Amino acid sequence: MPKVTFIEHSGKEHVVDAAAGLSVMEAAVKNLVPGIDADCGGACACATCHVYVDPAFGAKIPEKSDMEQTMLDFANEVTADSRLSCQIKITPELDGLVVRLPASQH
Amino acid sequence: MAGTVVIGAGQAASQLVATLRAEGYADPIAVIGDEPYPPYQRPPLSKKFLAGELTEDRLYIKPPEFYEQAGAMLKLGVSAVAVDRAAKTVTLSDGAALGYDSLVFATGSRVRKLTVPGSDLPGIHYLRGIDDVKAIQPHFHAGKRMVVVGGGYIGLETAAVAAKRGLAVTVVEAMERCLQRVTSPLMSAFFQTLHRAEGVVIQTETGVTGFEASPGGGLVVKTTKGEIACDFVVAGIGILPGQELAAACGIVCDNGIVVDEFARTSDPNVYAAGDCANLPSKLMGRRLRLESVHNAIEQAKTAALSIAGKPKAYDDVPWFWSDQYDIKLQIAGLSAPGDTVVVRGDPASRKFAAFYLRDGVVAAVDAVNAAPEYMIGRMMIAQKKAVDPGRLADPATPMKSLMG
Repeated sequence: MPKVTFIEHSGKEHVVDAAAGLSVMEAAVKNLVPGIDADCGGACACATCHVYVDPAFGAKIPEKSDMEQTMLDFANEVTADSRLSCQIKITPELDGLVVRLPASQH
Repeated sequence: MAGTVVIGAGQAASQLVATLRAEGYADPIAVIGDEPYPPYQRPPLSKKFLAGELTEDRLYIKPPEFYEQAGAMLKLGVSAVAVDRAAKTVTLSDGAALGYDSLVFATGSRVRKLTVPGSDLPGIHYLRGIDDVKAIQPHFHAGKRMVVVGGGYIGLETAAVAAKRGLAVTVVEAMERCLQRVTSPLMSAFFQTLHRAEGVVIQTETGVTGFEASPGGGLVVKTTKGEIACDFVVAGIGILPGQELAAACGIVCDNGIVVDEFARTSDPNVYAAGDCANLPSKLMGRRLRLESVHNAIEQAKTAALSIAGKPKAYDDVPWFWSDQYDIKLQIAGLSAPGDTVVVRGDPASRKFAAFYLRDGVVAAVDAVNAAPEYMIGRMMIAQKKAVDPGRLADPATPMKSLMG
């Protein structure tokens, strides 16, 4: 099963097994990673699952939809690595994925 | 310490546990749910879950371990049958009694049932819980004929999933247009056109007068405009607040359990959150009852903060969403008849927004595949922003510049 590492803003790491087909957000929620609220349940409607994707993996993830981009435009502390984790589907190629959580989500 | 008892095990209950513990609340927490499932998300029920694209465990808001780790007892498959506010106890259907210091009604809502003759025939379904979807799914196959009673969001989402699956779908709506209670004629027309293009038959101004079992199997839906033969029926004719138990123990109820901005009911030890609560909204200028995930979450946080001794007033812009076919509708605020409607973009392009202006300020927005309009609209509503309708209607004027 692909592994995903979540790094809280404090530096605390959570390495979780993430089944292919789930979203990165769901992998976090299922494994009790704090800081990913996902209020809308993955409908790309709330921007409470914002993460920074490690640049090494950026190219392996499909590009943002217009909807995701717009939701991010209004999120806090957005950088070039920002994504909504509910919109990233886990695939075998993403094994070892590292994402960091923003300061505002803790 | 007897701690906190939460009646109801939905979106608000899950949030109550999370926020109480995050705020350092250390007393016992018990959550009572009459369904056998841990708190789960309802919005996907009429969307991806009905479509079979989501397994049941993916509906769960948190994994069961979350409640264990939080030291919250989930009592599932039992219902609360009585509350004694003097003794501060809740009696359950299994005979057990739980004491409380703080009690939260997170009882949500239940479907409004059909009452016309034949309404209890087999084959007539509702869509509110996991078990409802499980009952519909065996009939949910290409070629089957489904009648949807009620052209609201639940009915139209169900129709969309069914049409994509290849069912023959007829929507019967009593009013002049679908979504009449919640949106403008323009949006109703957009969604009716969308569904008709997908092969859905929509009959408006058509009242259902009864149901009969067909001799060859299936049902006959009798309406004010004739009979419709079908294999099964899904009714989505609204929901009622879960206030009976609160009313029975003397808590003030009026279209929901009446709370203040701190989620407190008429009893200082009793709170309510979510669909079941009737709350004061300064932003909207009136009392209201909201049927939305966002409200359940935020009001649950409010109740938890009050219980934890850190009260914080709740007054947010309501927001909602609906997915039908490739359309994502995002709604902020509450529109009302008499609002001035400003349309931005062309509905035929399937990317546009309707803004609702009241006294010159934005009171609500319905955005179709138009996230910037939705996000900025939501901010405009919160700030009671006066806008120039001409510039708002012009898609060449960037939304962000209208906030300046």
